[in-house]
Amino acid sequence: MANDVNTFVFPEVMRTPTRFRHSLSKYRITINKSCNNCGLCVELCPYGVYSIGLKRPKSSNDHLCLGFPCGSNEFYCVGRCPQKAINININPAFEILGDRRWSADLLASTWHMAETGKIPHQDLNYKTGNSGGGFDKLRFVYQERDIPDGPDDEISTAIELNRSGDSRPKVTIPIPLYLGGMSFGSVSIVTMLSRVRAAQALGTFCCTGEGGYPDELKPYDDHIITQVATGLFGVREETIKRVRIVEFKYAQGAKPGLGGHLLGDKVTPKVAEMREAVAGSALFSPFPFHSVYSVEDHKKHVDWIKEINPRALVSVKVSTPTDVDMVTVGSFYAGAHIVQLDGSYGGTGAAPDIAKKNIAMPIEYALPKVHRFLLEEGIRDKITIIASGGIRTAYDMAKAIAMGADGVCLGTADLVALECIRCHHCESGRGCARGIATTDDELTSLMELEWGTQRIINMYEAWRHQIIYILKRLGMKSVTELVGRFDVLVHLDYVKQEEIEGEFE
Amino acid sequence: MPVKYHIHTTTVPNRFQPITRSGVIAWEEGCLKCARCVKKDCVYKVYEKRGLDPRQMLDSLDSMCKDCFRCVQNCPNRLIQKGLNPTYKVLGDHYWTPEIISGLWFQAETGRIPVSGAGYGGSFSGPGFDAMWTDMSEIVRPTRDGIHGREYISTTVDLGRKVINLAFDAEGKIISPTPPLIEIPLPVIFDLLPWSPSRERITKVLLEGAKKLGTLAVVPETEWAYEMEPYLNEIILYLNNNPDHLDSTLLKGLRMVEIPDGENVIVQQKRLKERKPELVIAIRLCLNPKASERVLQLAGDGAEVIHLWADEYGLEQGDKPLFIKERLKEIHLSLVEAGIRDQITLIAGGGIAMAEHMAKLIICGADAVTVDIPLLVAMECRVCRRCKEGIACPVELDMVDPEWGSSRIRNLMAGWYNQLLEILGAMGLREVRRLRGEMGRAMFFEDLEKEIFAPMGKKGYVNG
Repeated sequence: MANDVNTFVFPEVMRTPTRFRHSLSKYRITINKSCNNCGLCVELCPYGVYSIGLKRPKSSNDHLCLGFPCGSNEFYCVGRCPQKAINININPAFEILGDRRWSADLLASTWHMAETGKIPHQDLNYKTGNSGGGFDKLRFVYQERDIPDGPDDEISTAIELNRSGDSRPKVTIPIPLYLGGMSFGSVSIVTMLSRVRAAQALGTFCCTGEGGYPDELKPYDDHIITQVATGLFGVREETIKRVRIVEFKYAQGAKPGLGGHLLGDKVTPKVAEMREAVAGSALFSPFPFHSVYSVEDHKKHVDWIKEINPRALVSVKVSTPTDVDMVTVGSFYAGAHIVQLDGSYGGTGAAPDIAKKNIAMPIEYALPKVHRFLLEEGIRDKITIIASGGIRTAYDMAKAIAMGADGVCLGTADLVALECIRCHHCESGRGCARGIATTDDELTSLMELEWGTQRIINMYEAWRHQIIYILKRLGMKSVTELVGRFDVLVHLDYVKQEEIEGEFE
Repeated sequence: MPVKYHIHTTTVPNRFQPITRSGVIAWEEGCLKCARCVKKDCVYKVYEKRGLDPRQMLDSLDSMCKDCFRCVQNCPNRLIQKGLNPTYKVLGDHYWTPEIISGLWFQAETGRIPVSGAGYGGSFSGPGFDAMWTDMSEIVRPTRDGIHGREYISTTVDLGRKVINLAFDAEGKIISPTPPLIEIPLPVIFDLLPWSPSRERITKVLLEGAKKLGTLAVVPETEWAYEMEPYLNEIILYLNNNPDHLDSTLLKGLRMVEIPDGENVIVQQKRLKERKPELVIAIRLCLNPKASERVLQLAGDGAEVIHLWADEYGLEQGDKPLFIKERLKEIHLSLVEAGIRDQITLIAGGGIAMAEHMAKLIICGADAVTVDIPLLVAMECRVCRRCKEGIACPVELDMVDPEWGSSRIRNLMAGWYNQLLEILGAMGLREVRRLRGEMGRAMFFEDLEKEIFAPMGKKGYVNG
């Protein structure tokens, strides 16, 4: 059931609004008592912010409102209201939403893309966050001021995952991304299936994470990457044989160099069965693989998987230590097809704050280091580099590719599409209050599978259009041309717009 | 093998309600009286558990809410809102941020390390300690699992002058001098407080905290009182008057003293040693642009321990002050260059606000660090500095119960200890002594920026 990328048909975008009663919006509209329900605002607003009400219109879709920048439009409801009854204010809750990396604007724009499949028309920065460095300070430099036209389907966003030249199958994905591992137990089965089904619809992959391979995923075997991690939970010959890609997780960006610990009360009978463990007793996922202390050991590991599944590609997921370049080269010589570099700022699971912030380097530094080193070794075109850990937007994805990745791997963005609010309390009590990262039945039922699947599809369709736009502006026909093109990027701390020709974005 | 060091913790509740980042605003007017109110659906049962603190007239609603926004989004008439707490915003200052302060409160209350899901949410980097990352081991290097107790990682450090090689006489007896060493199980010493309300009780809290942890606290000679006698083991007495005048009985009971740097400091050290050879003596030196030179000289002259300190923002003295970690790197490297780094102990502090600062300062060359303000924050201090102006402390720090306060400090240090183990474990180090000066296992912002981003977009820049 492998996809032919040339004939691949991308899934349809379908409007999928919030599953809660109201969206969280940047602006809040209030209509005061002087309103005479003339209905002009309902008529005027091209974005459908208002709907007809009994006494006065309802601003039930104010997340679609353009806000203050609308002031210059002839359809500006505040100015046109004959009774001067409409007020627009910044939503006070917006101030406490999000953080430096995922600003409130980024959250709201991701929700918008998941709802509509389109980039936000509102006054929302959907390209960068507010972290003051890395991706947030990098800009593309476009040389041509005009946007080249030409149909989108002339631009290829496909990437090949097996570049090794060995006898194993080619595996091409039509978009330069796949979805990273979130184990059963850490997220609900609805979340897991939504991601897997979206991956299937988009012709790409989704990783199982370390918690085993639930039977519910069987219909999607061809779009699943199964993970072999240090705890070897739920790893069986049979699960390795089922899939087209097997991933070794040596480390993860959220807690580089540290093991995992699943608390006893999270080990429910279902989780225990999946992990082949005892219900109620805590599970440790050690760090590192205690069978691997050298590249030779590492090769033995890779050979083991290759022997069990002769058609599988092997991916190696590593974090970003000082010698990340050496680690990557080692993985290549051990026989990996894909090396996933997981930067230190990403991750979805619970991890010590000290590790998330301080241990290992951000992905933005690791990528150029690795890319250059592989070029010098003469092996860059024999291996696929996937970047992850802190990729939030289509722009981050494009920048990561320009800094040397072939493609990217996502996790947090999916959760945000499912209306994760990044409250960071994934682990407390019954788990996620919004029903995403939980195994509690009642909370799990807050989300429907069709809804979740479509939200993720919508978001990545919006991303695909953005990367096509970026490629067009750079005069490229394929995303593979963008790999390692540091010259199309500048960092705002070191280059000012007036210093060089071209438009910054 | 020595007994494994472990800090036992228990929850030690707050006396005052903590200041939280956001507050819940719920209007009554316009309420539709739904059959099933969204407040009933709260996963954390916040609305059911809420209570009013009669002393502070504060609703506990805000401190229990975990910002899931479900009630905000589901109330049909949108009568529930969340807003930023203005009091939170102004906690502390640019360095002692609200996030740092509330993180310290959490650790002092629970004894646990801060853990959260959904990745990192802070700045890419920042000044001072935020401009470096620590290393981890991957594939070709071993790691240590210290946190789950399966591999023991030692955090013990020794204070004193160390002998590099021993000399023996014909009969095999050691003839080289063996200077005294004090071993502490945690590389943290409690320093003089830059400010605080009346210290009578606070000093007692610090000493009791040091005792619980097995470490030391610097106490000024002027504050010495005979009630402190049970804590002689925990005290580093700071002698800011002429050390020759120190009472001999008191001297007899002390393990360690500290004297300010000055012209005669080596002579003073010698005279104290004559009176009590087993005494460990630290020389207190304020960091400044010439500190490196001075440390070299002192180390050459036989200093045992040098205590380098910066102000509460980690800055040295001078017009263009360097941050503590930069000056310390210079000092450490100059001692390494001179081949005498291992002979002396460097203690350093000022601006140490989080566990990661401790680990990072050790990487930059300190054997042990000193803390001050976090000890007050453990007792709910809000870093408002009103005590400096003589205004009453809003959390009554001068009235704290020593048992309560010292248990809070123990909890905070347990959190720091466990976080240090995380850093050491990830790097594959078995003991904190090996972390000292390991700059090759750290990544510095300025180096990475210069290598990766600075050349981008510049003329002549070649891909790859």
